Amino acid sequence: MSSLIELPDAADDPTATAARGRSKAGGSLGRYLLVRFLLIFPTIFILVTLVFFLMRITGDPITAAMGGRLTPDQLAQRISEAGYDRPLPVQYVEYLGQVFTGNFGRTLTDNRAVTEVLLTYGAATLELALNALVIALLVGIPFGLLAARFRDKWPDAVLRVAAILFYATPVFFAGLLLKLVFGVGLGWLPIAGRAGIDSELALTGLGAPTGIYWLDAIRSGNWDALGDVGRHAVLPAVALGLLTAGVFLRLVRTNVIGTLGREYVEAGRSRGVSEYRLLAHHSFKPALIPIITVMGLQIALLLGGAVLTESTFEWKGLGFMLAQYLTARDFVAVQGIVMLLAVIVAVTNFTVDVVAALIDPRVRY
Amino acid sequence: MATSTSAGPVGGSVWGRLPVVSHLRMSVGLQRGMLVAGVVLTAVFLFVAIFAPLLAPYGFAQTSDAAGPFPTQAPPSPQHPWGTTVGGFDVLSRTLWGARTAAAVIVVAVVLSIFAGVVLGLLSGYLGGWLDRVLVVVADAIYAFPSLLLAIVMSIVISHGQSSLWGGIFAAAISITVVFIPQYFRVIRAETIRLKAEPFVESAMVIGASSWRIMGRHIFRNATRTLPLIFTLNASEAVLTLAGLGFLGFGIEPTAAAEWGYDLNRALSDATSGIWWTGIYPGSAIVLTVMGLTLLGESMNDLADPRLRGRRRAKTPRHGTTAAGAAGKDAAA
Repeated sequence: MSSLIELPDAADDPTATAARGRSKAGGSLGRYLLVRFLLIFPTIFILVTLVFFLMRITGDPITAAMGGRLTPDQLAQRISEAGYDRPLPVQYVEYLGQVFTGNFGRTLTDNRAVTEVLLTYGAATLELALNALVIALLVGIPFGLLAARFRDKWPDAVLRVAAILFYATPVFFAGLLLKLVFGVGLGWLPIAGRAGIDSELALTGLGAPTGIYWLDAIRSGNWDALGDVGRHAVLPAVALGLLTAGVFLRLVRTNVIGTLGREYVEAGRSRGVSEYRLLAHHSFKPALIPIITVMGLQIALLLGGAVLTESTFEWKGLGFMLAQYLTARDFVAVQGIVMLLAVIVAVTNFTVDVVAALIDPRVRY
Repeated sequence: MATSTSAGPVGGSVWGRLPVVSHLRMSVGLQRGMLVAGVVLTAVFLFVAIFAPLLAPYGFAQTSDAAGPFPTQAPPSPQHPWGTTVGGFDVLSRTLWGARTAAAVIVVAVVLSIFAGVVLGLLSGYLGGWLDRVLVVVADAIYAFPSLLLAIVMSIVISHGQSSLWGGIFAAAISITVVFIPQYFRVIRAETIRLKAEPFVESAMVIGASSWRIMGRHIFRNATRTLPLIFTLNASEAVLTLAGLGFLGFGIEPTAAAEWGYDLNRALSDATSGIWWTGIYPGSAIVLTVMGLTLLGESMNDLADPRLRGRRRAKTPRHGTTAAGAAGKDAAA
């Protein structure tokens, strides 16, 4: 879900999203978590099935990728070697079995194991997503609280319009503007890639690299590289982070306004509790459940945005590769990447439910 | 439902009960300002979309006129007020024509997804049982998935990526539709389940009305009040998804229609050499369109919810205050 505004049916009840999978007879935390965990599998299964059949409706992957380059005979031979001439249900069952054992096949265009592609570029996407998340939280939460505190006054008006502006700006346009201003215009920051050539070589040459550059730089004590990686990370993280920050700001504002109006806040105020404490403790903490739940759902927005951000900044992660493979019509690779993203989304949603249940016993039922 | 408690008709006439008009009447202060801004931006967008052929100095795929071929990457000049692109297109013309493409995609996508989402939501909510469970699980799975990725997969299925004007518009619209159906489905299903327990539905059952009649007549009429809201929200998301598809090269071919996302993709390499005019204008067009639609949708959302709606202060004389005159905090307490 990547809409700025929650749908009416979810906006009303703070526990609605978290309690989707509640069991009737349940009661214990363990049981609740088990049900939520088991619900991951139908979600992934449905998405695997959906993507598989949608991709196959268009024909076999080999014709799509190699269509113009091979003669019809060669094409037919390749297709039968790969088993794409068998009935779809047979291929589907085989594919399910492969996915189950962690084998996503080999890419058609550059003949690499899809698993290897996922591992190599996944780290870069993780790094980008984490950087963007930090920006989004740093901007979204304080300003959301501020907007709630000064509801309907000018700071609220400015911040709400800013939040809509952030949401309305496609991440590639934000990236373009940032590049023009800070890269080309002022010359402060690099406009493409994850690191300069020197630090890239130094970091990928390490034994057992994590692939997350700043972590590798710290581990090897290479401070020059760390600075270089940091400079490269700023613009992509800001472009993607501000998009998400707009949603977070709105989310914090709406939910804190809800709790600020409660009687116990008024009671606290009459006891002389400071306005800051009323806002940051009395109002913010009870509002955390819906905030965390919906923030977790924004992982989809973040991942979708990452695809566009990576293409904008030539950040060689999963999104960048996805765009490359899409252009090359390499649908085996595309399917693998899409699948991994589906798993990440499902697992994140589960984690969010767990966190919500741990914080608030009412969620469990 | 937050919106089920929305205030009834404000004016007696049909005009006064129209979505935007009634919202405008009950709004005050800042909320009215945001609503008006949304209405104005959306109106400008629609105006440009309809009259693009008259407003644009050139065609969207035109690269030459009587005076010879257009220069490429030329900065703004009297002949080309917003400059030209690397392909020799006129930026102003393409930006104006792009509104038309975006509007067409919005209309097709929203109409298709409302139709499918409403039918599925009614069936699922009213009939219940295994159909309901399956549809809910599938809708939740799709709902959680990054919408852009799903749209990409769909556009591969429909058009193998590249296509003509209407083929491209339909491919983009259907791709977006698949993402939206679960949203309409959820809302309509929730409303249907609520309405199913209402006495008037039970009365209809007792009289012996068929399921189709009850769904189509009694429930549908009452379950659709939140649709204008979701409509505007989805319209803004449709513009962003279309631009995202175009940016990744899965939109409409540049010679078939003008599309802002594609133009921004081309502008990306221009930015490296300091050419700003090819990107700023189509990008700003996206931002303004999405802002207009979002402001409209958000204002309608807030106004439909009594807890969020700002109120006029009763009988209090106004001392020339600013937006604070909405006095939301006092009214909500």
